[in-house]
Amino acid sequence: MSTILDGLSLGAIYALIALGYTMVYGIAKMLNFAHGDIIMVGAYAIFVTLASTNLLLALVVSILLCAVTGVVVEKLAYKPLRSASPLAVLITAIGVSYFLQGTAQLIFGSKSQPITLPSLGSIQIGNFQVELRTVITLGVGALLMVGLTLFVKCTRTGRAMLAVSEDKGAAQLMGVNVNRIIMITFAIGSTLAACASFFYLLQIPSVSPTLGAMPGIKAFAAAVIGGIGSIPGAMVGGVLLGLVEKICTSIPVLNPYTTAIEFGLLIVILLVRPIGLLGVRRREKV
Amino acid sequence: MGNLKTKRSSFKLHHHINWIIAAVALVLVVILSFADALGRSDVSLLNRVAYSIILAVSLNLVVGFLGELSLGHAGFMCVGAYIGCYIANYLNSVIDSPVLVLIITMFVGGLVAAFFGFIIGLPALRLKGDYLAIATLAFGEIVRNIFKNLPYFGGAKGLIVNKIFSSTKPTLLIISFIVVLITLVVTQNLIRSKHGRAITAIRDNEIAAKAMGINVTYYKLFVFVFAAFFAGVAGVLYGHQTTPVMYSFFSYNYSIEILVMVVLGGMGNITGSILAATLITYVNFVLQNELTGNLAALKLLIYAIILIVVVLFNNAPVFRPIKEKLNFRRLFGRKHSPERIKDDAAAWDRVPTKIQMDELLSVDVTPTNYEPDKGLKDGGDD
Repeated sequence: MSTILDGLSLGAIYALIALGYTMVYGIAKMLNFAHGDIIMVGAYAIFVTLASTNLLLALVVSILLCAVTGVVVEKLAYKPLRSASPLAVLITAIGVSYFLQGTAQLIFGSKSQPITLPSLGSIQIGNFQVELRTVITLGVGALLMVGLTLFVKCTRTGRAMLAVSEDKGAAQLMGVNVNRIIMITFAIGSTLAACASFFYLLQIPSVSPTLGAMPGIKAFAAAVIGGIGSIPGAMVGGVLLGLVEKICTSIPVLNPYTTAIEFGLLIVILLVRPIGLLGVRRREKV
Repeated sequence: MGNLKTKRSSFKLHHHINWIIAAVALVLVVILSFADALGRSDVSLLNRVAYSIILAVSLNLVVGFLGELSLGHAGFMCVGAYIGCYIANYLNSVIDSPVLVLIITMFVGGLVAAFFGFIIGLPALRLKGDYLAIATLAFGEIVRNIFKNLPYFGGAKGLIVNKIFSSTKPTLLIISFIVVLITLVVTQNLIRSKHGRAITAIRDNEIAAKAMGINVTYYKLFVFVFAAFFAGVAGVLYGHQTTPVMYSFFSYNYSIEILVMVVLGGMGNITGSILAATLITYVNFVLQNELTGNLAALKLLIYAIILIVVVLFNNAPVFRPIKEKLNFRRLFGRKHSPERIKDDAAAWDRVPTKIQMDELLSVDVTPTNYEPDKGLKDGGDD
């Protein structure tokens, strides 16, 4: 039971990060490799601001900094390559990821530093002792996902996003400001990453420059498993991957091979159903 | 090699430059080692240069010529290193000649890596660029994770390789450079053959290549297996030089380092890969003792800047006027100006090409001022 709850809350974190990947992929048709490192930026923002102020302010600062970083990266590194080959964009994204890691390492050093977050204790649900951080992660995570779905479905900007992901050229002809929509997408994705970084710190309370790399890659795997470009797909994939990870770690024989199993799952999904669990197949046109 | 008629044309230096460089390097290494002019650290550096060149050249085949991004090159190297060296440890007692042991293990290591290349290449048939990059990245992590936990391969302590070559004699070094030479000759011949042109055609426009009757599936798999084989060979060379073989060496970061070499040298330019691999290995070697602690971040930053600046410079429309003025084309791979690419009817001003489609089709498909339709352009890449 506690394994499943842990898995769900880790899954919620992956899902939040995966949403960032999937939205950017759906709209800008690019794989934002640096998304994992945005989490790291968020974690360091919390780390620095928490030293002088309270948690709420730290969260706000973290969200703002992440959103700004995401937008700046998009403007400087990705926007000039709008019409370039996907390969070029992918390589630039890897470069940006390295750049963020390198900068963090230069400022804060390569060692991981512990961070003290207010302890949350646990609550009693029925017969089970559940840690409050798990409940918060799950609750807020679910709330954010519902909010995002509503935002995309019900607001003008959200619908413009859908239009851009469907057909950039046609959306532009219909009067959608594509550049603005892409910028907003990056901002939202990075905001979700900032939230994910807070939940991640609740689970593992230490910060290091490479903190974002692994969750980033795994969340991307989750996005692909769920079907990249699909918002519910990212949630399903994230939760699935989180559950698999926690279940594998809880079984002693499988524990050392957790990473291999997770990525193995990705490769199997790619082989069996390359569009992901909830992905939509698209015809290829000349 | 931009010209399809090269087979009939006379000897041109730039067609043969790659293996000439390697041959000259080999001769130099032999002379220097027989003159005892190489110190221990020189031998170590040159060995690293040798396997870096093999890695960079083979990755360039995948990235630069086939146009697919592989982020698991270190994974193939890892497979080669572990399997090759594991077998070498056994063969040692059976076969006397260390050179023979090395040759056999290089083949076995390369073949096993190639087999994994086949396995991972299978998704390559269905997956488009980004997915493939992730699948290869996942592969690299899986391999590392498995070798770390298998007790036969030394587990977390790494695989200890019996030293069959004394570090004072440069036998291993000379063999390494012979392998570099072979790699370059084979790659160069492949690229300049009918198959090489098929591969570049796939990179430039997969659908058009298919329409021309090229077996896209076959060639993608072929390039993957080919590159994996050489990565495996490089892994065996690495293993014989560096013991123990550590799973941690073959991380995602090392794959990126090889990618940096390819990008810096110019995608689709073998000579560039050789030079960039040598340069980066040399700089790493010289600075490895100085760039410790926080300064190690500088390496990351430099790699980041190389990747971003080179790609932006080569691809962003903003930089086109500057690029043409500077005429860096000879240095950075693409040996022709972007204008000529507009000639193609299939809306692909995205990837610069080395094959002129006109000649390939042997009909005139040159509409003047053809501007590809925006909708078509976006439809083509999803």
